[in-house]
Amino acid sequence: MCLGIPAKVVKIDESDLGKVDYLGTRIMTNFALLDNLKVGDWVIVHAGFAISKLNEEEARETFSLLREVAEKEELANHDKEEKKQSKR
Amino acid sequence: MKELRDKRVIRGLLFEIEKRTRELPSSPRIMEVCGTHTMTIHRYGLKNMLEKAGVEMVSGPGCPVCITPNEIHEAAIELVTENENFILTTFGDMTRVPTKKSSLQKAVPAAGSMVKIVYSPRESLEIARSNPEKQVVFFGVGFETTIPAIALTLREAIEKNLANFSILSALWIIPPPLRAIVEAKEIAIDGFLYPGHVSAIIGEKPYQFIAEEFGIPGTITGFEPSDILLGVSSILDQIKEGKATVSNEYSRVVRASGNPKALAVMGEMLETKDAYWRGLGLIPQSGLKIKKEYSAFDAENRFNLSIKGGSGDLPGCRCGEVLQGLISPPQCPLFVEKCNPDFPCGPCMVSFEGACFVYYKYNPTIKNEL
Ligand code: SF4
Repeated sequence: MCLGIPAKVVKIDESDLGKVDYLGTRIMTNFALLDNLKVGDWVIVHAGFAISKLNEEEARETFSLLREVAEKEELANHDKEEKKQSKR
Repeated sequence: MKELRDKRVIRGLLFEIEKRTRELPSSPRIMEVCGTHTMTIHRYGLKNMLEKAGVEMVSGPGCPVCITPNEIHEAAIELVTENENFILTTFGDMTRVPTKKSSLQKAVPAAGSMVKIVYSPRESLEIARSNPEKQVVFFGVGFETTIPAIALTLREAIEKNLANFSILSALWIIPPPLRAIVEAKEIAIDGFLYPGHVSAIIGEKPYQFIAEEFGIPGTITGFEPSDILLGVSSILDQIKEGKATVSNEYSRVVRASGNPKALAVMGEMLETKDAYWRGLGLIPQSGLKIKKEYSAFDAENRFNLSIKGGSGDLPGCRCGEVLQGLISPPQCPLFVEKCNPDFPCGPCMVSFEGACFVYYKYNPTIKNEL
């Protein structure tokens, strides 16, 4: 029920109605719960309403942290591979 | 965004989690409050992976369809079976909840009446506009994620003076049942994963009492596998450091103070009330109702409904215990053989976020073992 989808704002009119793009599909959305939105912003859409605007800076921070985890994991795996090979 | 589901990231985070649990005297038990979290945890196999890493996950009460007691579902069924020219609109899951008086999907509506599934509460307004000769009731269920949408819909109906529209509300707020679960002490919880989208509306503060009064750590998390694991890590860090806070691992969506516009419209249209939750019983100030000044648009008032008692849960269904984290679905004797998504005996098997449905759908081994 609390499922929300991240989607991109593609159209807003004066009465706070408009559309978002979610994986290529355009969905009617009500933007009355958010201020200062513009076309191109990312929002979380739930039950036809945009409930939160994505903070791109915070998103970038999380993603770069996760990329570091991935790189570290890859190296760790490489270590294992190398150990395996050197044992042979 | 692909990082959020990257296998290397998941492996790396699990490795870190295991390293931390090894330093703890016992396996921590973490409750994921939200049904959408339950879904992610099972869909990506995180439940078993976390268990191997030394963390026990238990599901909480975070499925609004599930915790709505049968008397409200029955009141909705009666509305559409006993009144002619009546349209009841609601979210899809709500129509399949079984009660002793059938379900909205199976009950036969009175002449000229029908049940209509909507994706957004606002669709009901259009239905009311184009059917002026009928009464249209939106059966609105939800937590704080959905409540602002319902409150705005109510405000729009009042502004447009849609006299044939009203709302039957089943609106629940998340922090009070968490207090009830902790105070009941029937299950020891070492940490809470707080629901990301509820938190996008209410912010961090409403959970503070759990950290301050009960010393239990918690963190707000998103709905991707990495989000869940980051949340678990944050709880383990808090446990290790011997502190309890409300941390936020979903800062890309959740602001500390929530969504002020959403909170304002909720406060304008609705007020808190004591409410009954399935399984959890009466919880003070845990529900919302339409304010008195707008009672003309409150279906309970318009149709003189007395929503009390109801005929109770179907015999044998243990949804109530599942919702409190006291048992996991496979411990219910009806699970799979007598109760499954084709023949659900309780709402926890109906809703896509119900713990029983999620266990059934994503754990094929359970089905085979039985
Ligand atoms: S498996 Fe079915 S009967 Fe058992 S608790 Fe879940 S919904 Fe109720």
